[in-house]
Amino acid sequence: MKYVDEFRNPELIKKTCAEIKRRVDPTRTYRIMEICGGHTHAIYRFGLKDLLPETIEFVHGPGCPVCVLPMARLDEGLSLSENPDVILTAFGDMMRVPGTQGTLLEHKARGRDIRMVYSPLDALKLAETNPERQVIFFAIGFETTAPSTALTLKRARLLGLKNFTVFCNHVVIAPPLKALLDSPDMRLDAFIGPGHVSTVIGCKPYEFIARDYQKPVVVSGFEPLDLLQSVLMIVKQLNQEEARVENQYARAVSWEGNLAAQKAMAETFSLRPRFEWRGLGQIPQSAFAVSEAYSEWDSEKRFAIVKTRTTEPFRARCGEVLQGLIKPNDCPLFANDCHPEHPTGALMVSSEGACAAYYTYVHRQQGVFE
Amino acid sequence: MCLAIPAKITEILDEGHFAMVDVSGVRRKVNIDLLHEDIPDVNDWVLLHVGFAMSKISAEDAREQMQVLELLGESEQVAAEVEGYGHFED
Ligand code: SF4
Repeated sequence: MKYVDEFRNPELIKKTCAEIKRRVDPTRTYRIMEICGGHTHAIYRFGLKDLLPETIEFVHGPGCPVCVLPMARLDEGLSLSENPDVILTAFGDMMRVPGTQGTLLEHKARGRDIRMVYSPLDALKLAETNPERQVIFFAIGFETTAPSTALTLKRARLLGLKNFTVFCNHVVIAPPLKALLDSPDMRLDAFIGPGHVSTVIGCKPYEFIARDYQKPVVVSGFEPLDLLQSVLMIVKQLNQEEARVENQYARAVSWEGNLAAQKAMAETFSLRPRFEWRGLGQIPQSAFAVSEAYSEWDSEKRFAIVKTRTTEPFRARCGEVLQGLIKPNDCPLFANDCHPEHPTGALMVSSEGACAAYYTYVHRQQGVFE
Repeated sequence: MCLAIPAKITEILDEGHFAMVDVSGVRRKVNIDLLHEDIPDVNDWVLLHVGFAMSKISAEDAREQMQVLELLGESEQVAAEVEGYGHFED
């Protein structure tokens, strides 16, 4: 754990913690799901749990793009690279996620033409400089990343590129929350809303959580003080039996979100009737496909994709961790077969994955302090 | 991968579709079409994500954001990402 004095505003942090302690009702629980993987990382990294009363529990949400992509979908994307004409491009995090036959990186080492990019625009450039090849962008991410793919599709049309397509796996943040809330196992009291997704979609898409499920949502920034203030706002609402959407991160997030981004997404994407999520199953209207108008740039239309029936690794419990039902170290593979250098499950791959965060900041440090 | 990186605009390019930005001394070209409602100027600060400016922020927020990334231990990843823009193995 870090020391409070290393953070910015240490005095304000101490005050906020004291205020939370003063207000918590010891006879009840405060089970708060932080939706975003970036928040999961921050909560562990800053050791926030140690600053808060025991009745406040953080439950890690599904907001980690590589974590929620089911292995079957990864295998399908990988199958595209069997075609010798194809250059498959993907973000760095995606390169290390294990598929049935290994990761993208391992397939690259075996001779497939798979390349890492930091921006979809670079995949587009690769198509421009390789007119004789078919360049595919393996798109993943929530509404934070989807507008970038949307604008890249628009550019592909503008340039009239015939050798660029998107294998679209963009997902939408609200439907899995509804799925979690509808689940009979659900024991959540409130949500910390994602910061960067909300710069795009605004706060409105969370209103149903307060209205239909009577759970507070506070959209939060990523600093220790942001997160603690958000917890305090939630505690106040719960104590008063209120349920509202509040915006703690108003310096970056507006109520309506980024309209230009929403427009670009509406033009280039359409909602799929349903999409499979790792651990959460099929969720209606929870992911984007490339829209009809842009079907020329849709990998699923241009190539025959081998549909696979994949079973997740034996004994891996990624699904339950993703639903907040168990903690990472309750998985029998945790730190044995599955660790950040050699992940079995996707939650161990990126720093936003609950298992990777737990491994890095709790498991390893316990070893030091014990 | 949901990092948002603060960057300072140093030049507007391609009729306002792109901009040159500076992130801790590294200069890269990024797309600014998502800011069409509120087009940034030279010396404005923006948050970057996968090669696109996502939102305008104040200079103070930019400084804070950089500190958050440092606190989170993400500085190296930020540098790699920014340096990676415009690069692909050809
Ligand atoms: S430890 Fe590995 S296999 Fe187990 S839940 Fe986490 S990521 Fe999945």
